[in-house]
Amino acid sequence: MFEADIYTVNVGPVHPSTHGGLHAEAVMSGEIIQDVIVHLGYVHRSVEKIAESKTYQQFTPYTARLDYLATNLPVLGYCQTVEKLLGIEVPERVEYIRVIMAELSRIASHQIAISATGIDLGATTGLMYGMRDRERIMDIFSMTGGQRLLSSYIRIGGVAEDIPDGFISAVTSFVKDIPKMMREYDGLMTGNEIWQARMKGVGILSKEDAISYGVTGPNLRASGVPYDIRKAEPYGIYDRFDFEIPVGCVGDSLDRWNVRIAEIGESGRIIKQALVNMPDGEIKAKVPKVIKPEAGMEVYHRIESSKGELGYYIVSDGGTKPYRLHVRAPSFINLMVLPVICRGGVFQDIITNIATLDPILGESDR
Amino acid sequence: MAMDTEKITEELKNRFHDKITLQEDKFILKFLVEKDELLNVMGVLKETYGFNHLANVTSVDYGEEFELVYHLYSIPENHKICIKTRTPRNSAQVDSLFGIWPTADWQEREVYDLMGITFKGHPNLVRVLLPDDFTGHPLRKDFVMKG
Repeated sequence: MFEADIYTVNVGPVHPSTHGGLHAEAVMSGEIIQDVIVHLGYVHRSVEKIAESKTYQQFTPYTARLDYLATNLPVLGYCQTVEKLLGIEVPERVEYIRVIMAELSRIASHQIAISATGIDLGATTGLMYGMRDRERIMDIFSMTGGQRLLSSYIRIGGVAEDIPDGFISAVTSFVKDIPKMMREYDGLMTGNEIWQARMKGVGILSKEDAISYGVTGPNLRASGVPYDIRKAEPYGIYDRFDFEIPVGCVGDSLDRWNVRIAEIGESGRIIKQALVNMPDGEIKAKVPKVIKPEAGMEVYHRIESSKGELGYYIVSDGGTKPYRLHVRAPSFINLMVLPVICRGGVFQDIITNIATLDPILGESDR
Repeated sequence: MAMDTEKITEELKNRFHDKITLQEDKFILKFLVEKDELLNVMGVLKETYGFNHLANVTSVDYGEEFELVYHLYSIPENHKICIKTRTPRNSAQVDSLFGIWPTADWQEREVYDLMGITFKGHPNLVRVLLPDDFTGHPLRKDFVMKG
């Protein structure tokens, strides 16, 4: 019998389809993937160590740089964790503004996922569609925080400033157009025969594997587990909103793709409800100038970020800086299944699987 | 669904006696476990109480001792629990949970990489974020930062 030699092919770290600094080493036998070894750390900044030398407020902008494509979500998670430590309740208006900003971030992040999957699989126009629509969200972020990507608009105890004139109308018109955008993504890509051939049955992640490997977010839901922290352990005011949890059935790349598109629609529904119910009022709770949580206090707080369960674990020793801060990064843990879902497939599947797992390396490497 | 915390506490106490201690916490049911019983406690939590989602593994440097912190959730029952264990600094080693939850793989590698705690029974305990030839473990409090 003829046996193919085992050889390795490197994907990344400087390859556009690896979404920024991901190095996957594919162990191949002929055209078939035997294993994938993932090398991380190309964008490691030691964020957790930096946190120990910054005050609680000073660390806020660092969190925005974890998931720079959904910037309000990691900031929201961090600020809520500190508020939990201090026992601060934020005003109603802030809660609603935060929900709108968080869901806009989720949509922007999913649109990037859609764009990136498009360009990775050769659908260049798909990239343009996603980026075009996301730019409207970036415009909204510039209105509130003064810049597109890393605005750190959410602060401990509230938000930086009240929403400006024109914000409500910009968000309303964006939300109104969401169904049209979803139809376009579906029309251009989802139904396409080549698209289906590249995605269907590729990178199947079973329910059991997804749970035991700690996969969360859209990737878990695509495997058929209706688990969303916004429903399971609602933070902020998420228990007041009416929305569905989209799930997939087989857990292949196509399911992960479809779940993300469906989630854009659900986020739109949440924003619509938030716009209707947002009250007037204060935009900041009373927060001490020097934040000193009680000594020995510790808390683990998690939110549903666009990538999955984003958790912060903070330990206080009574000082002005965190004694220990740990980020439970969903991308880091989701990437663990890349070898699992690639094994037995062909080389091109690695590109599809990385794209549909949608990792962000700023968060996974920290 | 609210979890019957008193029942769990009592059952765990009956089973592991003084090897397990309830710790006061405002937010979560929390236990400190002796490290030689860690695997047994975790096994019971998964098999008997359905904690199938090991969400978070991390560690804290308390000088003489390191503390390992595990946050567990049950996806179907929607319960949560926090388990801690301690290991002395001069022999920083605990059992790996890889056999119970495969997600412990990279999370324990990260703890090893940044805090320098080794995990007995881990299949591939190598650095995950830092380069292989890096010396030291940056999250230890005695790590010297030069800039």
